[in-house]
Amino acid sequence: MADRHLEPDTPELRARWGNFAFNAAWDAKAKAAIARYPAGRQRSAVMALLDFAQRQVGEETQTQGWLPIPVMEYVAKYLDMPIIRVVEVASFYTMYNLVPVGRFHVQVCGTTPCMLRGSDDILAACKKRGMHKGHTTDDGLWTLTEVECMGNCASAPMVQINDDNYEDLTPERLDAVLDALAAGKTPKAGTQEPGRHTVEPLGGPTTLTAMVDSNHDYRKEW
Amino acid sequence: MPKVTVDGVELEVPQGATVLQACELAGKEIPRFCYHERLSIAGNCRMCLVEVAPGPPKPQASCALPASEGQVIKTDSPMVKKAREGVMEFLLINHPLDCPICDQGGECDLQDQSVAYGRGTSRFHEHKRAVTEKYMGPLIKTTMTRCIQCTRCVRFSEEIAGVDEIGALYRGENMQITTYLEKAAKHELSANVIDLCPVGALTSGPYAFEARPWELKKTLSIDVSDAIGANIRLDSRGREVLRILPRVNDDVNEEWLSDKGRFQVDGLTKRRLDRPYVRRDGKLVPASWDEAFAAVASVNPGKSVAVIAGDMVDCETMFAARALAGALGSSLLEGRQTGLAYDCSNLAAVNFNSTLSGIETADAILIVGSHVRWEAPLLNARLRKAAKNGAKVFVVGPEWDATYPVSNLGNDLAVLNKLPKDADEAFKAAQRPALIIGGAGLGKGGLEPSLALAEKYNLVRDGWNGFNALHMAASRMGGLMLGYAQPGGIADLVAAKPKLVLSLGADEVDYTRFAGSTVVYIGHHGDKGAHAADVILPGAAFSEKPGTYVNTEGRVQLADKAVFAPGDAREDWTILRALADALGVSVGFDSFDQLRAAMAKAVPALGREGLADYGALPKGGKAKAEGVIEGYPVKDFYLTNPIARASETMQRCSAELLHGETFAEAAE
Repeated sequence: MADRHLEPDTPELRARWGNFAFNAAWDAKAKAAIARYPAGRQRSAVMALLDFAQRQVGEETQTQGWLPIPVMEYVAKYLDMPIIRVVEVASFYTMYNLVPVGRFHVQVCGTTPCMLRGSDDILAACKKRGMHKGHTTDDGLWTLTEVECMGNCASAPMVQINDDNYEDLTPERLDAVLDALAAGKTPKAGTQEPGRHTVEPLGGPTTLTAMVDSNHDYRKEW
Repeated sequence: MPKVTVDGVELEVPQGATVLQACELAGKEIPRFCYHERLSIAGNCRMCLVEVAPGPPKPQASCALPASEGQVIKTDSPMVKKAREGVMEFLLINHPLDCPICDQGGECDLQDQSVAYGRGTSRFHEHKRAVTEKYMGPLIKTTMTRCIQCTRCVRFSEEIAGVDEIGALYRGENMQITTYLEKAAKHELSANVIDLCPVGALTSGPYAFEARPWELKKTLSIDVSDAIGANIRLDSRGREVLRILPRVNDDVNEEWLSDKGRFQVDGLTKRRLDRPYVRRDGKLVPASWDEAFAAVASVNPGKSVAVIAGDMVDCETMFAARALAGALGSSLLEGRQTGLAYDCSNLAAVNFNSTLSGIETADAILIVGSHVRWEAPLLNARLRKAAKNGAKVFVVGPEWDATYPVSNLGNDLAVLNKLPKDADEAFKAAQRPALIIGGAGLGKGGLEPSLALAEKYNLVRDGWNGFNALHMAASRMGGLMLGYAQPGGIADLVAAKPKLVLSLGADEVDYTRFAGSTVVYIGHHGDKGAHAADVILPGAAFSEKPGTYVNTEGRVQLADKAVFAPGDAREDWTILRALADALGVSVGFDSFDQLRAAMAKAVPALGREGLADYGALPKGGKAKAEGVIEGYPVKDFYLTNPIARASETMQRCSAELLHGETFAEAAE
């Protein structure tokens, strides 16, 4: 996070993104987002609109998308709010990309539970495929970021790639996922552990066993 | 009115007070960085922690906690001491130990409070954070590594100045205060963030590395860059005023000061007239005082004398000149240099009657021909407050960015004859309607129709006077009280074809109209007036003489002398006194005290500090409003007076902020 910075405001950037405007689909969503708030409070929709803008940029560039300065200015104008307030929001939340990213933004969780379950191996596997933290690979396919807890501790280690989480990873399972993505396929999101559906305990419940089949009142056993 | 106990003392505090305010009422000092009386509460520095019962068993941020009935507050318990030490230690983790090279040193909140509340040593052995400098324009020097993220500057620019240009980017340890894309802060009050900054992150650019606060002599004075009369403090060392800071006066400037009032200070040492000059064969040549006086005496004007007062002169100078002209038998006095000729028979009609603090409470405001943001930036901050409280603001005249919502009624003054429906309704419904007529409105004859409007909408009512004239010159109200107003304005002086014209620092006059007269310029800067003069008698700037100033609301204020005038220059009244001898007349005073006494006798209001009473508003005339306001008198905010025009800082502000020139940063 320490190396988060705004992409410099260059004439090339202006030339590429100066004319950015929501297309019909995103415009409709933006209007719907604004309509959720009382009249005159349209600024409240800034986070939704920044997300939409990032996604449209992603569609246009075939990547996860990011927020060039002219696009943030467009959002500020759209919501009639000072540009600095938009940049404050965009720079605060790490899910807004401030610099261009690749086709797949691989966000590896490195917080304690994931680390204990082997996130170091996951990072090493990414590195083996030519990814470096904070950089995009030369083929424009992968951007690697190490992030803090994504809330999937029960199925650690995990990575988030664009909009999907891939959990219960091993280096081999990660390779399989990345190979599938690179081949243009859509691998199954969520846990990669065979036989596991979500984050239920592996091998059956170890606590609250009496609750498995029917409701059970534990209170008298306390 | 909740009753609270602070350190064992029970006291009653106003409804809505915070715990911090309650502690202050009890006489306890609460250290703070982010909290500021005039800004919204942020609660992010945590320095104001106190122990409060009932409540969670941990220290509480007193600035953001409302005082409520029965609270027991402790500000001196071991828990509070430990909490303050802890917060201070955290604040200092990333704060560089560069006090010896920091301009804030000696007047730094962080320095003072770490001495008072810190634990003396740090246990932090890791690397400190470093933040790149941010460019914020020619006035504000930034050293962002020193920033403790109190966000006072962010809140000031958003709430008081009304331009969202400073923000806090990124988060946590990486949070950085910056302007958008590091553009210069473009606002007339921008430099107040320097005073607000509790550390050395935002310091004064032009004053960088000039002096330490303990070396400076502090003199109380009055700002003369506009007609608001902001209360200022002149910090001088030796013979030079090094900086100007605002003083707190809730009735006038709260605690702000316009960038011009603050930074024109370097103009006080540039382009100064430091010796008399006499024009010989069309060229001004240096002369001695005797030669200069002889040159004036040789004109032998008799009664044919006129006096023009400049925008920055004090009342004493104007009174001395009036006494001299009177002794010679003339009463041709005028201060409205650019030719304004509004009726001054009743000064209540040309006074800011609502008062500067009162205008905040107005609920409908009509501005007639005034670019308030440039003519009186501090008043604009007040109007912004009124607008935020729900006042509807209407403007007659070309559009300008007010920083609050206004409806423009067009440039044609004829709109005053019959206000459009929305303005009409707003004024009829308003409890405290106000009208502000500025220079452009007065120049187009808007005074009488405005008075008629005041009558129609009943602007003067019980406890409220909503009729206001906004002047631009610090000397204007004082001059009008001293009779520096001819019925026909300066044209009357031209028509009288005086043999001798005394110009008291008048730099905006078209002197070509006085081609047949001998112009004697008594002033401090080699500006337009000095160029046109036949004899130059070097006088003192506002910082070099004691003086009385009357601001646009009729508030009589006294300023002190900080330094001596340079070279042979003298205080203006002594020049006029000596000139009386040279011309062979008596003006009736030999000392400054006698002069002040004589002035107080002639115009009693000038002898009393505070608001002058001008009586009731005159009735409006029958004259219909007509004419179109094409522009405002102030063309360049940063260069309105001779001191500012001589100031390099103001010249750079004008070039960079108004004319878009870019300046390469000097390589360090």
